[in-house]
Amino acid sequence: MKRRSLMKAAALVAAMGMGTAAFAQDAEKKIIGVSIPSATHGFMGGLNWHAQDTIKRLGETYPNLEFVLSTAGDPSKQVNDIEDMMATRNIDALVVLPFESEPLTAPVKAVKDAGKFVTVVDRGLSQEGIEDLYVAGDNTAFGRVAGEYFRENLEPGSKVVVLRGIPTTLDNERVEAFQKALEGSEVEILDMQHGNWNRDDAFAVMQDYLSKYPQINAVWAADDDMAIGVLEAISAANRNDEMWVIGGAGMKEIVKRIMDGDKQLPVNVTYPPALISSAIEMTALNFVSNAPMTGRFIISSQLITPENAEQYYYPDSPF
Amino acid sequence: MKIDLHTLGPLVALVALVILGALLNSAFLAPANITNVLARSAFIGLIAVGMTFVITAGGLDLSVGSMAAFLAGITIIAMNAALPSLGVNWGTIMLGMVVAVLGGIAAGWLNGALVTKARIEPFIVTLGTMGIFRSLVTWLADGGTLSLDYGLRTLYRPVYYGGIGWLTWPIIAFAVVAVCGEWTMRHSRFGRHVEAIGSNDRVARYSAIDVNRMRLLTYVLLGLLVGLAVVLYVPRLGSASGSTGVLWELEAIAAVIIGGTALKGGRGRVWGTVVGVLILSLIDNILNLADLVSPYLNGAIQGVIIVLAVVLQREKRTAEER
Repeated sequence: MKRRSLMKAAALVAAMGMGTAAFAQDAEKKIIGVSIPSATHGFMGGLNWHAQDTIKRLGETYPNLEFVLSTAGDPSKQVNDIEDMMATRNIDALVVLPFESEPLTAPVKAVKDAGKFVTVVDRGLSQEGIEDLYVAGDNTAFGRVAGEYFRENLEPGSKVVVLRGIPTTLDNERVEAFQKALEGSEVEILDMQHGNWNRDDAFAVMQDYLSKYPQINAVWAADDDMAIGVLEAISAANRNDEMWVIGGAGMKEIVKRIMDGDKQLPVNVTYPPALISSAIEMTALNFVSNAPMTGRFIISSQLITPENAEQYYYPDSPF
Repeated sequence: MKIDLHTLGPLVALVALVILGALLNSAFLAPANITNVLARSAFIGLIAVGMTFVITAGGLDLSVGSMAAFLAGITIIAMNAALPSLGVNWGTIMLGMVVAVLGGIAAGWLNGALVTKARIEPFIVTLGTMGIFRSLVTWLADGGTLSLDYGLRTLYRPVYYGGIGWLTWPIIAFAVVAVCGEWTMRHSRFGRHVEAIGSNDRVARYSAIDVNRMRLLTYVLLGLLVGLAVVLYVPRLGSASGSTGVLWELEAIAAVIIGGTALKGGRGRVWGTVVGVLILSLIDNILNLADLVSPYLNGAIQGVIIVLAVVLQREKRTAEER
């Protein structure tokens, strides 16, 4: 959030500094294509919201920028979208959050080879050096920050269960970092199963954990959608007082409960869906400012606590 | 005698799974675990009973998972909208239930009408409506999650978690629907007509059966049961999103096939479907409880069971043909 307002300020200064002369000089429209996965999950819903919000705002601020947004439900649709953007809209830049790394690498490379500015968001391509700008959250930190909180706030001999996401490299990175943070402590990880970042699946897996283990002191749900299912299973088993739950990504309902000091949800770890805004804004700045906009921009994962929760609370976002 | 063994196949598999589960983990037979597994099965179970009729009549419905998500969405929206005027009481919840059930009937009718009146392949129709319902719920939720008002949720909650002793309402509803479904399939005129249509619709037409009407009714019945499943689903998590009910359609179809209903239609077994549903949810439960294999392989084990069930069916059919 701090980062976003900083970006906004930077954009404003850039716009004012360049003034009308720059616009007059470069009056032709620049078209920026944005290709992201569709809103089938809370996090992606938030990401879609932030993308639309940013595009609307930037379109008003910079009349010479035009945006094309497309959302895809699977990698092959996303490839088609990008090909269409090239063929029919003749885009000058592409902001892409690849559905999967492998299948998107060649199509994005083709965009780059055509001389366009390419920004890759969140999931890297399988070949290095294609993109001009890389914007991502920090999956290792996401797992590590949570793991460190568990380590510092659990008594020796405590027992923990973990809900994993959909089997992907991204999920592996997070879980490995979490395990590493707990290494050498007296905290035992009882079990790790896939809840697939889904409320219903997480509910079922947590019910089974509760039947299987008489002692559970804490749960790493690794995602706020899963945390909701987990909390429901715990309360159905009447074991609310025995354990707390850490989700992740900063869903507004969860952040609200942290603000209110809910004992069962002490903290949360960010993985902001607003990272797409950073990517779009930086891509836009490449065309409206003289600031260098290439390189890697990693948004760190922060610990949301009752003290700082307010600055991570977006009441208007669907996530 | 030989045929009987094949018929009893799913039941034998179920018993074997229960024994395996009990041996692997003593928590398996604990009342709380049994209640959890049965209550969780109820959604797929209700839908699968309806699916048995659709498949037996020679149809198919791929849209039920998306339909459930959409119905859950409009149910939540309706209850939240009625809240200011009606307040937090059972009247508001009844309104939500009516929306879910009527919505289910309407959605089922839409599928059925497109199949029978517009004469489009059921696979294509329901593939289309699957996408439509899924997009609609994502759109209604603005890409996020629709949540039921907190006060209403608290009041509504016992519909999933409460019941008579350990028999919670979803289990009771599933049992009642299963018994009624079995009776309808075996002993009612509707059930006989459904089997006749599925095995040969031309002969059925010559026998003065209103084929289109019966086929439409199977979709309406399925829609009604999806609505009922939603009535029980909403109080569980009090929310609906684009990821609600993903792949329920395939789980329901798998349960029907494991239970011995022919995918080509003509032979339906509702009790078999119930066994199929229980087998699928028990596999999940046992794998979670036992750490038998890597969780990556859960899907593979379910797949093996589904294929085995179909292989057993085929053996039976060749035996009959001889």
